[in-house]
Amino acid sequence: MLILECPYCGVKAEETELGAGGEAHLKRYGPGSDDDQFHDYLFMRENPKGVHFERWRHSNGCGKWFHAARCTMTMEVFGTYSAQTYEPPQEIKDKITAKRPGWSWREFSDASE
Amino acid sequence: MKRYSAFAVAREALRYHTGWERAWRSPEPKRHYDVIIVGAGGHGLATAYYLGKNYGITNVAIIEKGWLGGGNTGRNTTIIRSNYLQDPSAAIYEKARSLYETMSQDLNYNVMFSPRGVIMLAQTEHEIRGYKRTAHANALQGVQTEWISPERVKEIVPIINLHGPRYPVLGGLWQERGGTARHDAVAWGYARACSDMGMDIIQKCEVTGVRVENGRVAGVETSKGPIDCDKMGMVVAGNASHLSEMAGFRLPMESVALQALVSEPIKPCMDVVVMANTVHGYMSQSDKGEMVIGGGTDAANNYTQRGSFHHIEETVRALVETFPMVSRLKMLRQWGGIVDVTGDRSPLISKTPVGNCFINCGWGTGGFKSIPGSGWAMAELMATGHSPLTEEFTIDRFKEGKFIDESVAAGVAH
Repeated sequence: MLILECPYCGVKAEETELGAGGEAHLKRYGPGSDDDQFHDYLFMRENPKGVHFERWRHSNGCGKWFHAARCTMTMEVFGTYSAQTYEPPQEIKDKITAKRPGWSWREFSDASE
Repeated sequence: MKRYSAFAVAREALRYHTGWERAWRSPEPKRHYDVIIVGAGGHGLATAYYLGKNYGITNVAIIEKGWLGGGNTGRNTTIIRSNYLQDPSAAIYEKARSLYETMSQDLNYNVMFSPRGVIMLAQTEHEIRGYKRTAHANALQGVQTEWISPERVKEIVPIINLHGPRYPVLGGLWQERGGTARHDAVAWGYARACSDMGMDIIQKCEVTGVRVENGRVAGVETSKGPIDCDKMGMVVAGNASHLSEMAGFRLPMESVALQALVSEPIKPCMDVVVMANTVHGYMSQSDKGEMVIGGGTDAANNYTQRGSFHHIEETVRALVETFPMVSRLKMLRQWGGIVDVTGDRSPLISKTPVGNCFINCGWGTGGFKSIPGSGWAMAELMATGHSPLTEEFTIDRFKEGKFIDESVAAGVAH
């Protein structure tokens, strides 16, 4: 059973206490964006075999959204972090690099856009 | 290939069963094939079979990283039905169901198709309206289904509890010619027929790369060396995103685990398939007597072929209310398979951005029932460049907003 620690309230919550919210760090395009960008935002998903970043909600707890870094092959959890960010914190990235050297994901969304 | 028949059984009985042949060859790959199909599950083998049977294309390799039929073909709950709301789905699933009717004769292999009937229970007011609508839609599509009363449900399924406090049975959508088949036999039967046509089924051979030159697939890199091809079909279910990335394009798809479990074998007690979509459980009894129970999909992406335990708990909890006798059963085995799910929960059978590469995936939680129809349509698409059955199932439909929205229409349990 998947257990994630909520970064807000610190509770180690198991899956039934959580709601899965799909892929994290989706890029939200503003006015003037084209059909392809909107299509990618709505339907294209990373679906990696390995390192993945997801949104979860501590629904039967503090109710807050957070992010988790997880391996889809082994169910190993690399860590959870606040949802108020455009990309995972460096310490999570370092942790993943230590365990999965050479890992890659798509580009993280960019705060400047 | 020696044909299987009653005479063959008698002949072999007289000579201590020494004359049976291997059902299919296991050759080393050649350097070049006209068509490479990646994935020797039901869909891949069916595609190859109909390429040979309907279009005479037999210089075909079917490449499989594990053993044939060892993925979702060997992991499903073997249910066959075609009571879908949307026209494109009803067309391809009904094509598949009708091919199942004659498959054993066609392949000379007993796939044990058992049209025992499928009931989808209505347990809320919304489901009553939804299934009545589906029954009307099916009448227009030429798919034989009917709306039946709770009393009729009880008549067909005596072990059911109609008056559960939380999930009363308010009626059902009944497809009399739906049913089950032996899932492994479907893969084995197609494999035997493909091998007989001269096709090469190459097992334990993982595709590690796809060579794309000038916008076309030139061949694949595999654990048994490079193999060239003129056309390629990707038919790999859960791993579709992974393979398409090798060819340089992405899919609107996510992979999750879907679970099933079986009980200890008991005496015959239910001779139809019952699906309860509100509580997300479905059950039938196998010929061995085990109750075969299908559960729900995981909420988050994974490739583990296990699934989360709490889904089993939810499924069984709901079943115990609808079928009180289930509470006395011991469960023997539980397993999971990786299903690939698109945004509208309908499959992709489509051309791809790479010219001579075709894809057949995204069957999500409803792949087994569609195997022959999917193979039939995919073969037509690959051989002629167009198939009326696949017209709506393109990758582009998401961009155009032409969804085939079955996740709403048919409930979640396929």
